[in-house]
Amino acid sequence: MQADVFIRRRNNAVVFFAILVVLTAGSIVITQYDLQKGFTSFIKAFIWGASNFYPDAGSLRKLPDILVKLWETVLMSIAATTVAAIFSMFLAVFGSRTTRIHVSFTVIARGIGSFFRNMPLVAWAMILMLAFSQSSLTGFLALFLGSLGFLTRAFMETIDEVGENAVEALTSTGAAYFPVIFQAVLPASMPQIVSWLLFMVETNIRDATLVGLLTGTGIGFLFDVYYKSFDYHVASLVVIVIVIAVLIVETVSNGVRRVIL
Amino acid sequence: MIEIKGIGTEQFSSPNLNTAKPLDRAALAIRLTLLVLAVTTIYALLTINANGIDMPKAILDTLSTLRTIFFQPYSYHFTVWQGFWEIVITLGLAFLTTLFGGVIALFLGLMAAQNLAPKWLTNVIKSVVAFIRAVPSILWVLIFAVAAGLGSTAAVIGLTFHSVAYLTKAYSESFEDLDRSVIEALMATGANWWQVVFQAVIPSSATYLLSWTFLRFEINFSNAVAMGAAAGAAGIGFDLFMASEFYFNLHEVGLVTYFILAFAIILEVLATNMKSRLMKQA
Repeated sequence: MQADVFIRRRNNAVVFFAILVVLTAGSIVITQYDLQKGFTSFIKAFIWGASNFYPDAGSLRKLPDILVKLWETVLMSIAATTVAAIFSMFLAVFGSRTTRIHVSFTVIARGIGSFFRNMPLVAWAMILMLAFSQSSLTGFLALFLGSLGFLTRAFMETIDEVGENAVEALTSTGAAYFPVIFQAVLPASMPQIVSWLLFMVETNIRDATLVGLLTGTGIGFLFDVYYKSFDYHVASLVVIVIVIAVLIVETVSNGVRRVIL
Repeated sequence: MIEIKGIGTEQFSSPNLNTAKPLDRAALAIRLTLLVLAVTTIYALLTINANGIDMPKAILDTLSTLRTIFFQPYSYHFTVWQGFWEIVITLGLAFLTTLFGGVIALFLGLMAAQNLAPKWLTNVIKSVVAFIRAVPSILWVLIFAVAAGLGSTAAVIGLTFHSVAYLTKAYSESFEDLDRSVIEALMATGANWWQVVFQAVIPSSATYLLSWTFLRFEINFSNAVAMGAAAGAAGIGFDLFMASEFYFNLHEVGLVTYFILAFAIILEVLATNMKSRLMKQA
């Protein structure tokens, strides 16, 4: 009997790894990924990086410009997060299992959330570029629409989890719909919601780079300009500045999370 | 690590019994965070560089663009089957990066877990991984592209790099959830480190590892789309880029968008199902 268990476990493992190997081989073939080149260029990239990709004295003169763009990008990421959060909050409250007025609201809110979450950021960036051209508004709106989808889902799950007991307790005392939301559901889910907000700000700063590259705005555009003109010293400085910004936001968020959760 | 101690100073955290709801450290931190975010947002919106864009017109233009994209999708440069094949290539990129990332992260995660490795090692790995995560994945891809050339190889290495960082953090936190007493009990029976890892640590955290890995697969799918558009990797993202930046064909953008949306939603449904099944099992 015991031997049986071990054999079954081994067979499961063999099947699991066989599937993995087949999928890997298939993926390598269809994506035309060159294993050997991948490995050698990985090493080459490090040697190249160590000898070229570092800021030198000359690049430091560009630092004020870079910091201005960084500041713009951080502001945009925060604004996109907050504005998206306001819309997401409405969608989440009307769509959550515990606070909805009717089942159809859940379907609608989930649908909207899923659409915006799965719509590629690249597509938004390109669509918005057509009308808003190379302005900061393009980046802001692209990040806003992406955040809207993510936050709607995150908020809805939070309210689903936290809200149930609170709603039950207050409705049993005879409280009406809006008092229940404002006195019980929102306060109870606030720590989680703030935590998601901070996470979204972090993500948006990173995504802003991608959107900036595609739409010619913010810090992503700055990197692109120096990268394409082979000015790797300045490009590396841009990367370092982004890293520092993200790490600061991450550290602050972790600190806030430790206090509130 | 910067400790944010200033947020809840002593006078606020001392409980005031007269008020029904004392403003404790947590509540204060929440309010402060929301206040800072709100003020920053208002400032950002007031100072945003609109470049003389006519807002109402731009919004109307965008809506009409969206109408073309979603109601008249059509393709001139590829057939439906080719589009499907391009999606398969994107899925392949996502799979490779997730697998490579997962395998490397499994080892790094073991070395970064505080209950399994010495403190200096966990600190080193956690800092390196935090650094890698802080660099946007597109920048990793572009940096590797200098050595490997723009294309799938650079995209796979760059995205793998980011996946390793993300999964190492997720895995090591899953490993740390294992009770120390289990490890000590096994050690007491004479089990060595590898036996502890393979008999206790990995089996007990397998469900978490799988759901984190699948989550990363979802992220890598959308990353692979983005790399196709921004870094010339193969797959559907490249078609999206060509349709909108090269052919300026909104109908084609529409079709590509539908393809991506459909697959992303399938992945999301699969992930949700898998998560609820794993949760039931655990």
